[in-house]
Amino acid sequence: MRDWADFTSEELDGGAVRIAFSGPLTVSTIGIADNRLRAIEAAVTEVDLSQISDIDTVGAWTVWRLARDHDAVITGTNDKADRLIAALKGASGTADIHPRRQAFMRRVPENIGSLVTSWGHGMVGITGFLGALIITIGDVIRQPSRLRTTAIIRQLELVGISALGIVGLMSFLVGIVIAQQGAVQLAQFGAEMLTINLTGRISMRELGVLMTAIMVAGRSGSAFAAQIGTMKLTEEVDAMRTIGVSPMEALVLPRIVAAVIMMPLLGFYAALMAIVGGATISAFTLGIPFMTFLTRIQEVVPIHDVWVGLVKAPFFGLIIAMTGCYQGMQVKANAEEVGLKTTMAVVQAIFMVIVLDAFFAVFFSEVGWG
Amino acid sequence: MSEPDAITATEITEAEAAALDFTAPYFHGQYPIVVKGLKTSFGEHVIHENLNLTVKRGEIIGVVGGSGTGKSVLMRAIIGLQIPDAGSIEALGMSITDARDDEDIDIRSRWGVLFQGGALFSTLTVAENVEVPLKQFFPEIGDALRHEIARFKVMLSGLPEEAAAKYPAELSGGMRKRAGLARALALDPELLFLDEPTAGLDPIGAAAFDRLTKELQETLGLTVFLITHDLDTLYEICDRVAVLADKRVIAVGTIPELLATDHPWIQEYFNGPRGRAAKSSQERGRAAKSSQERAAVRNAGVDKSADRGA
Repeated sequence: MRDWADFTSEELDGGAVRIAFSGPLTVSTIGIADNRLRAIEAAVTEVDLSQISDIDTVGAWTVWRLARDHDAVITGTNDKADRLIAALKGASGTADIHPRRQAFMRRVPENIGSLVTSWGHGMVGITGFLGALIITIGDVIRQPSRLRTTAIIRQLELVGISALGIVGLMSFLVGIVIAQQGAVQLAQFGAEMLTINLTGRISMRELGVLMTAIMVAGRSGSAFAAQIGTMKLTEEVDAMRTIGVSPMEALVLPRIVAAVIMMPLLGFYAALMAIVGGATISAFTLGIPFMTFLTRIQEVVPIHDVWVGLVKAPFFGLIIAMTGCYQGMQVKANAEEVGLKTTMAVVQAIFMVIVLDAFFAVFFSEVGWG
Repeated sequence: MSEPDAITATEITEAEAAALDFTAPYFHGQYPIVVKGLKTSFGEHVIHENLNLTVKRGEIIGVVGGSGTGKSVLMRAIIGLQIPDAGSIEALGMSITDARDDEDIDIRSRWGVLFQGGALFSTLTVAENVEVPLKQFFPEIGDALRHEIARFKVMLSGLPEEAAAKYPAELSGGMRKRAGLARALALDPELLFLDEPTAGLDPIGAAAFDRLTKELQETLGLTVFLITHDLDTLYEICDRVAVLADKRVIAVGTIPELLATDHPWIQEYFNGPRGRAAKSSQERGRAAKSSQERAAVRNAGVDKSADRGA
């Protein structure tokens, strides 16, 4: 049981009140007594501390505030109470606890304004980044010895090889879904055999590369942003610059090269896995033998579908790696920003990949690869 | 402001608050921290082996040791963040090593900890940081009083009033330390743990922080467990110094007592160039003070110690 701080109020002549505290006046005991003290409306002229058993800064504050607000005298103090009250006298303030917020009508337009200007700055920034990248590529072409082969191979492994498992499994399952759902709809026209066309063409043209791009953006784009962002925070990037190592050459280029090389390979692999998934489910539910499905694919999927997928993939890789590295380079202040920029890298990469994909869809049908 | 508080007052009755009660009586024993036979290790790497340390009530004990001797680990073990392999730790008369998580919470309201980097919650303002332990342990305290407490704690820690509504990221390193100290002092603790409070501060800021620690210790009657590399801090404010080396506390005592031992590390530590500089600056400070009192030959006192080549 907690020993609560308590007080008695005693009416003196002329409506004045004398407050006598008892018990310990500490942070752990004062809470309830304080609420009662604030409710006192009569004028307090004397605060008596002779009955208290203990006091700390919070107790002393409560006593002193009461005395200050009512212009009362404090009596019956011991050494400790005197010392604490003296220390607190210099420490009373009225400062805000929470930061001031602008009024709603002002805050909203301000935020919108800063959002719009940040888009503008973002456009300028990414254009500058692209320029720096092109210059770096030019430098490396003129002096091929500056290409960081080890770093590129390491990134090829991280972006490509270690993604094989998850990309393969995902595509296999997507293939199953397309074949199964397609078959249900096509069966209404008695055209189950067209499931093969559907699965084969959509995997090769669109889904293989697109799903891979989303997976790579989630796996590698985020990793690029977080790695480079953390290196910015720990001043590793600045250290590189002072030593004369270009961060574009050492950090950005290997990641971009790796993503550009790996995206077509992963995308093609994903398309194959989707076809295998479709063939598997067809063997079970549609009664189309596995090998028949695969042979039929060769007949119904035109070769330009493969090219459509393969041409798009390096561009997707470039976009993913560039947004990742660019956002990482934008980290300046603190750990929170690393998270923020990583999120932005992934969101922007996926969004831009889909925009570009729409553009390619129109482009390829215009050139007759429909 | 006062009206909503009157409502909260009725919301939490005394009976309900009693159910929340986890405050133990004030510690009146001699030794608020007693560590016996402590052993801690990370995997194969043994940090402490058979470490003993007793801290007296009301003293500032400085803990020194080379980098990697486990000063911070010792502090973490005492405050229950690091579970030791063997040995017993008692803080404020209660066993930390035997207590379960939910049991030792009542001791946690009676100590304050200043971590090395301040460890302020970055999404809260300084004053809101100070309010966190108050809200956690004493929900019956009304909003008005809690805001007042946060304000005066911020100012007691030597921060300007305006700092209360600022976010930690907006403060300098020294101000962040003071804000961390304000949070550590939020509950009027009996025990204060400071992990390298003056590291990274400029000499003027560090000296001011030392004075603040000493003042608060005297005003509030604290026992302070202070980890430091700062020899000036040791000379200026520490009553005793504990030396960590060879995985244990090899000596505890005042600096003259430590100098009387012949352990090579202690000799090198206090008699190295930095140790001598700190000592002479302390002597110079004392000399200046006493000569001021005598209101005479102040310059002579300063000049003389300056001649000694500080």
